[in-house]
Amino acid sequence: MAQRIDTKDLNIYYGDFRAVEDVNMTIEPKSVTALIGPSGCGKSTFLRTLNRMHEVVPGARVEGTVEMEGVDLYGPDVDPVAVRKNVGMVFQRPNPFPTMSIRDNVLAGVKLNNKRISKSDADDLVESSLHGANLWNEVKDRLDRPGSGLSGGQQQRLCIARAIAIKPQVLLMDEPCSALDPISTIAIEDLIGELKQEYTIVIVTHNMQQAARVSDRTGFFNIAGTGKPGRLIEMDDTATIFSSPAEKATEDYVSGRFG
Amino acid sequence: MSVTTQNPGRGSSETARLLSTVDPGRRRTDRVMQVLIYIAFGLAMIPLGWLIFTVVAQGADRISLDFLFQSMRNIFGGDPRGGIYHAILGTVVITALATVISVPIGILTAIYLVEYGKGWLARSVTFFVDVMTGIPSIVAGLFAFSLFALIFGPAVRIGVMGAVALSVLMIPVVVRSCEEMLKLVPNELREASYALGVPKWLTIVKVVLRTSVAGLTTGVLLAIARVIGETAPLLVTVGVTDSINANAFDGRMMTLPVFAYRQYSQGNAPCPGGDTATCVSDIASQNAWGAALVLIAMVLALNLIGRLITRWFAPKLG
Repeated sequence: MAQRIDTKDLNIYYGDFRAVEDVNMTIEPKSVTALIGPSGCGKSTFLRTLNRMHEVVPGARVEGTVEMEGVDLYGPDVDPVAVRKNVGMVFQRPNPFPTMSIRDNVLAGVKLNNKRISKSDADDLVESSLHGANLWNEVKDRLDRPGSGLSGGQQQRLCIARAIAIKPQVLLMDEPCSALDPISTIAIEDLIGELKQEYTIVIVTHNMQQAARVSDRTGFFNIAGTGKPGRLIEMDDTATIFSSPAEKATEDYVSGRFG
Repeated sequence: MSVTTQNPGRGSSETARLLSTVDPGRRRTDRVMQVLIYIAFGLAMIPLGWLIFTVVAQGADRISLDFLFQSMRNIFGGDPRGGIYHAILGTVVITALATVISVPIGILTAIYLVEYGKGWLARSVTFFVDVMTGIPSIVAGLFAFSLFALIFGPAVRIGVMGAVALSVLMIPVVVRSCEEMLKLVPNELREASYALGVPKWLTIVKVVLRTSVAGLTTGVLLAIARVIGETAPLLVTVGVTDSINANAFDGRMMTLPVFAYRQYSQGNAPCPGGDTATCVSDIASQNAWGAALVLIAMVLALNLIGRLITRWFAPKLG
């Protein structure tokens, strides 16, 4: 079910401001692609264009194409709501719905869309999604408790369970561990390793060790200066990026010599 | 492993001196401001406490089952019988009708302003809501009066006119408080919902409104409390009556504030031979205080219900 994504000459704007310039990228199916780079270089902005979350911000727009298996996500016949059903997203800060129980949070994609689901199907979906997010054993006895009562790491895994419960083709993760402690981070990284068996995963991270640990391919974004657009400097296998990158800027960044 | 830092002796008095340095001016300012704030609080409480004490002291004696469940039909002069049932009923019916008109308009406007509105339309809606907040209540009453006079002729007095007048006063309050409540819903929850492939309208209905329902309810109840005591617009639109009328679309109705005003303005009744069991000269004044007490109790009850609803529906943690 994983799918491949190609972006061609992708320019991303907030109003008149060009935030990201000319990105040509291929994201391989059933692999983990990491996006690294300094703050404000457009990694998260780029990530959000992959499921059309970008356009939720007033004035935001894109030029160029984002193709999933050859279909342009920004084509005239494409419904952004349908795109988001197929490209799931996990955010930087865990954001379970505070009014819902753990169980209802996992079922949110079904229930919020007013879809009918039988009790046994719902139970199966909750269990398989929570298993998929490595959370089942920790919460199976308190599925009816509020999701906001969990620890930060558990909340983030609950958000992952919620995202995979709608069975997306692609899973986008926007710095999913930056608000978490090291143990929760390891749990999520292990989970990413398992999820790539089934999903195409794109992860934005500030933590280069994390990119090196979890990803198969890495893209390095950089920005020439304040007010300039971010660019994709280099993209290659993770091992290559961290050992012998082609660009000097990449080498400086991954080895800690930047600024 | 215990981590107890050994006191080097010499350093401790030095540290104590560094940490205990207090700017005497800051400490004095702190004290003065504290006293001022307590005085301000006390001053603000005096009128409230005094008002409640007076109304209870003057009105409590008049309260009885007869007073609560009888009308003033065929009660004249100093007759101590009769009650305010017709006024309670009128207030409840008219306020409920005003709520039914105002809440959908108010909440939908707030949703428009927070979730959709941008550009000149949203700015002008905000501006006119602000202007409406400042409309004097008698103007709202005259507006409703002339609106219905155009349709039904000049002598019309029906309950729904009062409900329309109260709505004019209530809508801006509902819009304002609901707008603030919807703004409090974190954007992350909307994004979480969009990212699950939920369309915007379902996100608003099932995430935004559901998360803020406690605040919305409180806002609506406070708006009701704000208009339930209005007198002037009801006097010109609904009129007065001594009989029970529960039909807001036919005939005059009595309301509690108007009842209190009418009774008070009647003055003392002539009782030849002094006060007896059938003639109490200041009965009208007692009726006014009794109605005032019931009105205050209703407002208090609304506020309490608002508090309880806030507690029940608030997003639960842990």
